[in-house]
Formats: sequence, C-alpha cells, structure tokens
Amino acid sequence: MMGGLARFFAAIGHPVIDSIERLGFASRFFGLILLRSGTSFLRFGLVIREIFSAGVLSMLIIIVSGLFVGMVLGLQGYRTLQTYGSADSLGVLVALSLVRELGPVVAALLFAGRAGTAMTTEVGLMKATEQLSALSMMAVDPMARIIAPRFWGAVIAMPLLAAIFSAVGVFGGYLVGVVLLGVDDGTFWSQMQAAVDFREDILNGVIKSLVFGCVISAIALFEGYDAPPTAEGVSRATTRTVVTSSLAILALDFVLTAFMFKGV
Amino acid sequence: MQRSILDLWVGLFVAAGLAALAMLAFKVGNIGTVNMSDTYSVIAQFDNIGGLKVRAPVKSSGVVVGRVSQISFDDKTYEATVTLGIDKRYTFPKDTIAAILTAGLLGEQYVGLDAGGSDKKLVNGDKIQITQSAIVLESLISQFLFNKAADGSAKSAPPSAPVAP
Amino acid sequence: MSNDNLVEIRDLSFAYGNRPILKGINLTAPRGKVIAIMGGSGSGKTTLLRLIGGQLRPDAGTVRVDGQQVDQLNTRELYALRRKMGMLFQFGALFTDLSVFDNVAFQMREHTDLPEALIHDLVLMKLQAVGLRGASQLMPAELSGGMARRVALARAVALDPMLIMYDEPFTGLDPISLGVIGNLIRRMTDTLGLTSIIVTHDIQESLKIVDYVYFVSNGVIEAEGTPAEILASPAPFVHQFIHGEEDGPVPFHYPAADYARDLGLDRRT
Repeated sequence: MMGGLARFFAAIGHPVIDSIERLGFASRFFGLILLRSGTSFLRFGLVIREIFSAGVLSMLIIIVSGLFVGMVLGLQGYRTLQTYGSADSLGVLVALSLVRELGPVVAALLFAGRAGTAMTTEVGLMKATEQLSALSMMAVDPMARIIAPRFWGAVIAMPLLAAIFSAVGVFGGYLVGVVLLGVDDGTFWSQMQAAVDFREDILNGVIKSLVFGCVISAIALFEGYDAPPTAEGVSRATTRTVVTSSLAILALDFVLTAFMFKGV
Repeated sequence: MQRSILDLWVGLFVAAGLAALAMLAFKVGNIGTVNMSDTYSVIAQFDNIGGLKVRAPVKSSGVVVGRVSQISFDDKTYEATVTLGIDKRYTFPKDTIAAILTAGLLGEQYVGLDAGGSDKKLVNGDKIQITQSAIVLESLISQFLFNKAADGSAKSAPPSAPVAP
Repeated sequence: MSNDNLVEIRDLSFAYGNRPILKGINLTAPRGKVIAIMGGSGSGKTTLLRLIGGQLRPDAGTVRVDGQQVDQLNTRELYALRRKMGMLFQFGALFTDLSVFDNVAFQMREHTDLPEALIHDLVLMKLQAVGLRGASQLMPAELSGGMARRVALARAVALDPMLIMYDEPFTGLDPISLGVIGNLIRRMTDTLGLTSIIVTHDIQESLKIVDYVYFVSNGVIEAEGTPAEILASPAPFVHQFIHGEEDGPVPFHYPAADYARDLGLDRRT
C-alpha cells in the first residue's frame, strides 16, 4: 500500500519535476540567446539570411491569408452592420479587428506553422547530425552563430509580416465592402481614419507581434535544440513547437490586450 | 552572387513591411490628421458632458481643429472641466462658444466651437466663458413628455392637438 | 613545453548521472603518432573524445592537451585551444546548407582575416589532398559516405591543427573507401606533423595504420600496446575482440535469470 502511494506520487511528481526542469532550461536557453547576440549584430549578414528564411518565405501564405480574412470580415461585417443600418462603419470594423487582433494573432499562428516548424526541424537536424557539436569543436559558438541570428531574424520579420497581413486584409475588406457591396468609398476610409488611432491601435498591434515573434522563435529554437537526436525526436519537437507556440500566442494575446486596451 | 539575390529579397520584404506599416499609419489610422504636436490648451466648463471622451475631436464648422486632451471634475463649481488641445494653426476669438454635440443621432460626441466676434484671441490657458452642455437624450425625452402633458391640461384636452416638437 | 606527449590523461573518471562510463583511465598520445582507442559499442570511447575536446568535464582526474588542463580552462581559453584541434565526426557532420567548398572554408572565414583569394587557394589545396578538388561545388547531400568523410577530413585540417580526433571514421564504408580513409589519416599525420587519435572498433583497418592501441572495456583500459603486441596479446578480451568471437569476457547473453527457471522447467518436475 505504501508502495502504491509512493508510485502514485512518483507518477505525478516525475512529469511535474521534468516539466519544471525543462522550463528552467528553456529560460536559461533564452537568456543565453540574448547574451550571445553580439555576433548577430556585428555580422548582420547572418541575420539577413534568417530574415529571408523566416520572413520572405512566409510572405506568400501571409498575403493570401490576409486577403481572405479581410474579405470574410468585409462580407460578415457588412451583413451584421446592415441590420443596424450602419454599414458605413464597415471600414472601422474591418480595420480595428485586423489591426488590433487578427493581424498580429493570425499572422503569428501562421508564422509558427510556417517558419517556427522550419526552425525547429533545422536546428534539430543540425543537432542530430552533430553539426552543432562540430561547430563548437571548431571553436565557433553554436548559440552565437546558429541560434541567435535565427532568433533576431524571426523577431524582425514578425511585425513586418503582421503589418503586411493587416494592410492586405484592409484591402480585402475594401474590395468586398466598397467594390462589391457598394459601401461609399469616402465613408469607408474616413470613418476608419476617425476611429483607428495610431498609438492606441496600430502601435499596440506592432508591439503584440514583436512579443509573439520573440515567443515563437524562442520556443521553436528551444524545441529544436532540446530535441532527442533521432528522426522521431525531431518530428515530435516540431509538433510541440506548433502546439506550444499557438497556445502561448493566444494566452499572451489575452494578457496583452487586457493591458493595452484596458481604458477602452 | 547568391548573396546579393538574398539581400534583394530581404530588402523587398522589409520595404513591403514598412510600406504596409505606413499604409496602416496614414491611410487606416489617423496619424496624418492628428499630427498636432503644436497645440495650445483652452479650458471650458460644462454642466454635463454626456458621453464625451478624452481624444474626442474638437470641430469648428465641421473641420477638426483639435482634440479633447483632458477631462476632470471641479468640486468647487460642480462642473466638468474639459481641456481642449487646439492646433496652433487656428486661432479663435475670446467669445467663442463651446458646445458638446453629437455626430448623428447616436454617433460619437465631440466639442463644437462657434467663433464669436471679439478682436481678442484665445491663448494658451484661457477659459471659454460661454458653453453649452451635452444634450442628454433621456432628459430631452422627459422634458418633451412633460411639456406635452402640461399643454394637454392647459388646453383642457382638445380633440386633436397637433403637437409639433 | 618540452613535453613529448600532446595529450595526457590521468586517472580519468566520468559518469552520466549515476551511470559510470569511465573509471580511472590513463592514456597518452605522443606528438606525431597515430593512436587508436578501441572497444565495443557503448564502451565510452566517444565520451573520451568529448572529454579531450572539453565538451564534457571529468568527474575526477585530469585531461591535459598541449600542457593545458582542459577542464580548468574558461570558455575563451577552451575555444583558443580548440582552434588547434580538429575533429572528424562519425558521419562527417558537414554543414548541409553550405557547399563542399564553403564547408572547408568555414573555419578560415570564421577565425581568420585571410583575403578571399587566398582562402580559395587554400581550400582547393586541402581538397586536392583528399582527392576531391573536382567536387568543390557539390552540396553535402550529393556526396557518398566516403566522400563526405574525406571532405570532413579536409575541413578538420583546414587550420592546420596539431591534434585530430576521429570518431569512428570507418563506420559504414565500403572496403575501397575504408582503405582510402585509412591511408589518408596516416599520410596526413606524417606530412602535416599532426597527432591523431582514432576511436574505432574496426580492428583490421586500424591496426594497419596506428602506432599504439588502447583497448577500453567497461570503463577501464583492458590492454594497450603496439599493433604487434596487441596481435600477440594473451588477454582474453583482446583475443575475443580481434577474432570476433561470439562468447568470452564479453558475454553473448545479456544478464538474465536462470534459463530453465524462465521456461518454468523447475516447476514441472
């Protein structure tokens, strides 16, 4: 009976202790990234390479999704606003939902799926094939040479992608609302401009996406670095990157929104 | 060779991102119209400001000339003190009337300035003397109903009294 | 530094958690020699290399490379020491996103300010030495296992190190590639004045090229000597290892309960 109880606690305790240990390692890893970031800025070419693979390669999916999300917003918003006779506010609805929420959040979710998984796989495979070990034996710090540039590349790419997503989305809403459904062109834009504040809405959206960029790339790189050096280990780490960063994005979005727009 | 193609793509990407941000700022947002770093403050006191909020527009003849920068309550006069930040490009006479108006029937509230005829101009820190409070819909309705009831009793119930509000 | 031994290991012990891997190892690698560390899979040979390279720290004992005690160095000193070491990983560990040329040039670009023209010439010289100058523009994915390891060898000697460590250089190679790599190791060591440490379990190939052999088993050195001494060694472990016998000091059976009892024969009587 004592044995059973002890086993029960061990069964609960082991995963808990394991995850706390992982969390500790992850925090240390994140600190180490920041600490070893000097090289990334001295040799900015390294970061530019990563902006390419994180940002440029994600651009297509971001633009296409942004356009469709904006068009759906235009369609749905128009139908709902129409019932209250205020279809003129369609521009406000489309712009505010995109700039405040959908732009940063949906772009971040897509980014986690497109660029985050790629980072995890890449780093995981580099570890599995001993490339990271080889680097450190060549007296090149893998943190400074491989991990930190990827982190900064993603942090720089993320807000730009979110801005592109929102801008394309507004355009999509414009296409459906003004071109297709006949909302007045001038009202659409002027109502939008009257309601959307640069600092309150746009800048806060940018800050959100910066935070998301940090979180996604830190999670993706950590999962890759921590992955068991096997094919199965890397594929599991990739799955975990998507799950963990999606949850983190949504949870953080709530916290950040509560902070930023508490006055509204 | 490969390097420069990479740089080109990244350059394009960053340019697109910044262009999107600029579009959001100028076309979607109001940074173009709100660019009023140079403002002077004028105070106005109202009995009731209704639903007026900080950053609500200050308009004159329908043109946005400033923003509400601060709202507070004065416990000496028991009135609301509203500070208006007005663009330095515009000057107003001392006897300007400030009124809290509503855009449309249910729209947002803003401060309307009606210029007077004085030669002296409002300067930073001045107080607008004549103000007109917000019209609160509920009191308007109850007033209307009260008047109608009073009318009805005074005329001892004529068969059909067309009442124009 | 009148010391003739480039690598000196004294009473080295190391454990992963509470699983001991190495228990009191003594080992020396004289300058200009090729020494081999042999032993079965999982006997801690690769761990030994990582300890020499400073990627792991010993629990007890000392590791000295070129007179410096590896586990006492700080990161900067360790990196300075590693520039004088090369390591050939089991499957080459080439950087998959760089061409063969860029792989070999990697360390020169990272650690030196040499002009690109000079790097170009140096890289082609290194590749010529391993016979792969013609493959300089290929990507690692396009190379065979033997070629990848030759490129990795060229990369390991790129900055003319004084010590090269080879982790299982013969694994998974066809007999021709095997001979090529073996001869390259010997030739590089002699012509460049290197010291080489080979970790391997390939007895036939390595005995042809090495000067001295250490046998590691169960975390201790079971036997050591020149190839001739090893071949004549009476130690049962060495005998089993060299002749690939099924049973001996290294048992064929994983430790298990009594066979008859597991089958339930004792209860049937």
